[in-house]
Amino acid sequence: MTIDSVEGHRPEEIRAVPLRHPGRWAATAVLLVLAAMLVHDIVTNPRFGWGVVGNYFFATPVVDGVEKTLELTFVAMAIGVVLGVLFAVMRLSPNPILSGAAWLYIWFFRGTPVYVQLLFWYVIAVLQPTISIGIPFGPEFVHMSANTIVTPFVAALLGLGLNEGAYYAEIVRAGILSVDHGQFEAAQSLGMRRAPLMRRIVLPQAMRVIVPPTGNETISMLKTTSLAVVVTYPELLYQTENIAARTFETIPLYIMASFWYLLMTTVLTMGQYYVERYYARGTSYALPPTPIQRIRRNLTTLRRVPFSPTGLGGL
Amino acid sequence: MIRAEAVHKRYGLAEVLKGITLEVAPREVMCLLGPSGSGKSTFLRCINHLEKINSGRLYVDGSLVGYQERGGRLHELREREVCRRRTEIGMVFQRFNLFPHMTALENVVIAPVLVKKEAKTAAVTRARALLDRVGLSNKVDAYPNQLSGGQQQRVAIARALAMQPKLMLFDEPTSALDPELVGEVLDVMRALAEEGMTMIVVTHEIGFAREVGDTLVFIDEGVVVEAGVPREVIANPQHERTKAFLSKVF
Repeated sequence: MTIDSVEGHRPEEIRAVPLRHPGRWAATAVLLVLAAMLVHDIVTNPRFGWGVVGNYFFATPVVDGVEKTLELTFVAMAIGVVLGVLFAVMRLSPNPILSGAAWLYIWFFRGTPVYVQLLFWYVIAVLQPTISIGIPFGPEFVHMSANTIVTPFVAALLGLGLNEGAYYAEIVRAGILSVDHGQFEAAQSLGMRRAPLMRRIVLPQAMRVIVPPTGNETISMLKTTSLAVVVTYPELLYQTENIAARTFETIPLYIMASFWYLLMTTVLTMGQYYVERYYARGTSYALPPTPIQRIRRNLTTLRRVPFSPTGLGGL
Repeated sequence: MIRAEAVHKRYGLAEVLKGITLEVAPREVMCLLGPSGSGKSTFLRCINHLEKINSGRLYVDGSLVGYQERGGRLHELREREVCRRRTEIGMVFQRFNLFPHMTALENVVIAPVLVKKEAKTAAVTRARALLDRVGLSNKVDAYPNQLSGGQQQRVAIARALAMQPKLMLFDEPTSALDPELVGEVLDVMRALAEEGMTMIVVTHEIGFAREVGDTLVFIDEGVVVEAGVPREVIANPQHERTKAFLSKVF
């Protein structure tokens, strides 16, 4: 073996003829034709009723429904997150009663359709006409009619929140299990007790695993709120169906509702991206670029990299 | 400082410690040597009750580890008490185990503030002094993944010292380091020994054991095979297994 350590000599830059990709061009042509056909139909088919979509997009009941959808999404999600963390920590507890109770909860609420759960909460007054507060099996102090407590909003919250809690518990549990065992030992050896150890050491590290599915769950929740129609909660889909029942413009109104859902999930997707970046702290040397940074970089590299199979423009 | 009397530890059917008896005096530096799987790390983890022993008695500073003896029976200690005793014992791990979501400074500050309820400003001042002492005053704001292995291990030592322990346990502190980084960690440990810290060090660094250790204990298959002054044990091992092991390590 010979080692030549002469520096300074540098062979000329490689300028090869790029590989041709005829298949890509053919596929592009086919897709463009299909897209043109689709756009043509959307524009010329009067049954889409674009005018109706536009007329109702910002109608008062619709905007009101959007507000209620968002409200339901966030409150139900908050309930789900709180219950999920609680049941995940319980599930991993050394106490068999606690972990058994958490198992039972997850088993039941994950094992029945959320639609059926919502129906049950809607008719809860039939099963349990009054709700009382008092000493168990002893005297009761306060009686209330179930119908006054479980309003459509509460029924929707209970149905969606309890169901989400069961799913979220499994997400949090996966996150906790993903944290290196050495972290538990290091914290224990410093004298930390279980609660601060979980809160300050384990959960922040578990977040990196928990956050991406949380975004997924929030988006899923936003769409699942449409099931609150069955408990007569006036969210977006309920309002849409109301208008449709009056005007018989069913398809344009469903298109309008879909646009609203898409708009809201798009905003959530963007939010998720930034939350993920925050929890990536201390795990990679450089954070991934934000979409704006990426677009800027793409624009500057576009001329040099005409086609990138990953769609990331030479990243 | 530490007294172990016939300490046994089983995992299922496998007996890892088969009667360890030894004593560590205050200010003593004891080095534990032995092949992997011999039980030396397990013994270390028993001392701060990360592992429960199955029989025998283990005392730190005169009190039983993990239990309380009342009326001739052992009672398990409450979590609060187990944790309080752990604060008096610092531990350094082979894989560093720094908290990756915190900077070097935050790693050192968290336990005094969270566990000992020290004031934040006082804890930060002391943490800076400790990081300075391990030679990392310019790395206080670095996250663990921005530090070399040797630097991470020095932060880990500072983190353990922040609790002002009476005793330090080192579990193969240099085994995961590149050879050229071993020295900087051993230097910190040597300085600590010179200040009079009581230390138990599981290590394969024969040179460190010979120069810094007051006693050397050779453990194999869960028993103490040989113990004595490091220089003498290393130069003139009495037992066949010690001879065989030392001949391979050198």
